[in-house]
Amino acid sequence: MYLPMRQPVEGGVTLADRLQSRGVSRREFLDFCGRLAVVLGLGELAGPRLAHALQSVQRPSVIWIQLQECTGCVESVLRTVEPTIGNLVLDTVSLDYSHTIMAAAGHQAEAALQKAMKDNAGKYLLIVTGSVPLADGGVYTTIGGRTAKAVLEEAAQGAAAIVAVGACAHWGSVQAARPNPTGAVGVSEVIKDKPVINVTGCPPIGDVVTATVAHFLTFNRLPATDSDGRPLFAYGKRIHDQCPRRAHFDAGQYVEVFDDENARKGWCLYHVGCKGPATFSPCPIFQWNGGTSWPIGAGHPCIGCTERNFWDTMTPFYDRLPDVGGFGVERTVDIFGAALAIGATAGVAAHAVATGIHQARERRKLPVLPDDAGTPPTAPGKEE
Amino acid sequence: MAATRVVVDPITRIEGHLRIEAQAEAGRITNAWAHSTQFRGIEIIMQGRDPRDAWAFTQRICGVCTVVHAVASCRAVEDALDITIPPNANLIRNLIHGMQFIQDHVIHFYHLHALDWVDVVSALGADPAGTARIARSISPWPNNSETHFRAVQDRLKQFVAGGQLGIFTNGYWGHPAYKLPPEVNLLAVAHYLEALDWQRDVIRVHTIFGGKNPHPNFLVGGMASAINLDGTATINTEKLVDIQGMIRRARTFVEQVYWPDLVAIAGFYKDWAAIGGGVPNFLAVGEFPEGDVRDLERLYFPRGIILDKDLSRVHPYDHKLVKEYITSSWYRYSGGDGAGLHPWEGETEPVYSGPKPPYEYLQDQKKYTWMKAPRYEGKPMQVGPLARMLVAYGSGHAEVKELVGAALSTLNVGPAALFSTLGRTAARGIETVLLARRMEVWFGQLIERIKSGDTRTFDGAKWEPSSWPRSAQGYGYLDAPRGALGHWVQIEDAKISRYQCVVPSTWNCSPRDGEGQLGPYEAALTDNHPLLKPDEPLEILRTIHSFDPCMSCGVHVLDATGAPIVEVKVQ
Repeated sequence: MYLPMRQPVEGGVTLADRLQSRGVSRREFLDFCGRLAVVLGLGELAGPRLAHALQSVQRPSVIWIQLQECTGCVESVLRTVEPTIGNLVLDTVSLDYSHTIMAAAGHQAEAALQKAMKDNAGKYLLIVTGSVPLADGGVYTTIGGRTAKAVLEEAAQGAAAIVAVGACAHWGSVQAARPNPTGAVGVSEVIKDKPVINVTGCPPIGDVVTATVAHFLTFNRLPATDSDGRPLFAYGKRIHDQCPRRAHFDAGQYVEVFDDENARKGWCLYHVGCKGPATFSPCPIFQWNGGTSWPIGAGHPCIGCTERNFWDTMTPFYDRLPDVGGFGVERTVDIFGAALAIGATAGVAAHAVATGIHQARERRKLPVLPDDAGTPPTAPGKEE
Repeated sequence: MAATRVVVDPITRIEGHLRIEAQAEAGRITNAWAHSTQFRGIEIIMQGRDPRDAWAFTQRICGVCTVVHAVASCRAVEDALDITIPPNANLIRNLIHGMQFIQDHVIHFYHLHALDWVDVVSALGADPAGTARIARSISPWPNNSETHFRAVQDRLKQFVAGGQLGIFTNGYWGHPAYKLPPEVNLLAVAHYLEALDWQRDVIRVHTIFGGKNPHPNFLVGGMASAINLDGTATINTEKLVDIQGMIRRARTFVEQVYWPDLVAIAGFYKDWAAIGGGVPNFLAVGEFPEGDVRDLERLYFPRGIILDKDLSRVHPYDHKLVKEYITSSWYRYSGGDGAGLHPWEGETEPVYSGPKPPYEYLQDQKKYTWMKAPRYEGKPMQVGPLARMLVAYGSGHAEVKELVGAALSTLNVGPAALFSTLGRTAARGIETVLLARRMEVWFGQLIERIKSGDTRTFDGAKWEPSSWPRSAQGYGYLDAPRGALGHWVQIEDAKISRYQCVVPSTWNCSPRDGEGQLGPYEAALTDNHPLLKPDEPLEILRTIHSFDPCMSCGVHVLDATGAPIVEVKVQ
């Protein structure tokens, strides 16, 4: 896909100019690009290419719309470390619309949005947080008197690409949990004619969002994804395979009750409900808030928030994943994870949300593994 | 002269979707309506779930108040199942919630509220040396140097010169209601940027105890983060030292940057101490239990009610006297629109009766919002920092009295100034200073307990559903950064049968009730309130932002009967 976004603008102020004027040396800038390249899974050698792309252009326009959501994803991006939100907004992109931090309100805010869409038609990157409530004509979320669906459709029209940030924009998340009273769906259920990438999670790690944006700005295209639209550089690996507590799992050393002796030794959380074996996520690698920790690192089981329909398929959160097929425990969770990957690869059926609801009704009866049509896996209500 | 109709939608720099409509005449607001335009129905979704999962679902009500619903939910379930959490777990929750307050209030001041008072464009013309002089006269903050302010100004100049104004596009720059000299505007812009970096650091208290932020993890019965000073994957000395550093840096920033800036800026806007008072009643449910959560005598911020601005008397609060009304809300009650229902009997059937989108006005509608109208003994109530500080003041809280007194004398205004838009903003700063200091006390207590050999963080006696009564109900209170919060849960056969939240923004953003009483936003906007240019509603933003709206929190519903919810067909 060719996106004419990288065209240098005559006489424009570039990132290099801006950084230099702020006393950031070229060496520091290259170091930053090198780290960013590693984050993106491109290898450090891609750093110079990244540097070249980032410093040769005017700031590209980014429009961020917020639909039916909790603002947690915006907060997560506010915590990013590389680049920081301050650098992102002032130096890297031109954030032309952002409900949470923009100065203007009401008509002035809407005018800013209209102008950005017109001036950058076909070129701007659209970030979407929140789901789209489709029930009852869309009355469950309106902005400026218009439905979330109408706002999204208009903003998508001139977008070069769309980054759906968070589980809500991905598939609806908590408001789409059974029985989904407002008919909430993700962006890709509404927008079919544009590339949509799902930086999922509840919320996603802010650095994954900024890394995805940087990838787009650098290479004129969105990063490669799995069949559920999630970027592979972040969601390509299963938590269970990256978990620092994996050795305890392999050795059969488990926390049986929170705060027991085993918990104080940092053993595996599988028996208290960890969904790491069924979850593809960047958490163990990226970690949270500048590498400070991550959920399992702080002693709580993973709740599987990067997986579609996790509010129904991963609950009750403290119940153990299904012991399918009567194999050994380790084999079992590996098979479960592999089956999940196959399910995801097969693609998600168009009616996945409805199917998920249907399956959620059945979920307490028996464990269900994903089928070839990509129906999300369903955890059992009770173990054994 | 006919009134001008004003619509501000979206209200930006808040959480969620809020629309304000008003009528203005001769530079004054004569009438106002607050509209919540988002509904998610999370309480419907709660039914039939494991009560131990409830904190995670309700936490997602809001990613800004990312701690408050989770803790209120844990408290409600712990109340229902008669669980007493270990003192360490309570201290850890206080540290997490305390840092939530501090970080959230600072972000609110600089990133959500400041641009209502600070003209960014004016900062371009400031003399950085003058800014440094002013800054050094009010604070020892080491970055308050001419070099630093000049660098910020240069960065800003270059930003503006590039022609791409980004988030500052179409701001109300040059509006006559901006009163700060250019040097003070530059000071605020510099600290706007510093606060962005600061908040990212100090919030990591959540990450260490809860694994991430936003949406850290909690646990019914305590906390999941086990303490073992000799462990590598537990709360150990390295992590405790990290937390101690964050607490110190939080306090330093609050005392040397936020509070001095707030007082300095307030000094130029004293007229706003007589504007936007609104509803004269204030409710605080109390927060930061320093003993067991049920011991109401040991709350750091006390519980109580102030009526008609009378600080000489603090009335007791009884959650059973809360009722919700739907006269102006898009719901139906089986007992008719006039009924008021306590959350235990809470009943909701969403019935949208507004105009078909896209629409122009909602103010002509009898029902005009997704927000219900909670009332205490029939009265609307303001909740939030001002309510907490007034209740504490009226209760004789020594530290609150001292700091409120100092703030009033610095600004040279009387106590009546508190009942205003400026008062709400100042109260937020006052409680932030108090909490930034109190965090050190809680941290010290945690260390002392660990030193004495107590590392328990979880009580598992009632973890298994087999240990629960067949039916139970519980109430979890919590005073959140934005005000009084309550979660009510009912459990039948180990499953949630009812769940209900009454949330700060439901109180503050509530619409008119059956008696025609305006909600706090509406009342504040019509209390001696200017609006110089109806097409540039800067003053409306000031008063609305002084409440720090959180709309996703505000809208909740519950099926009263616990009967199966009608399935919504998706595509």
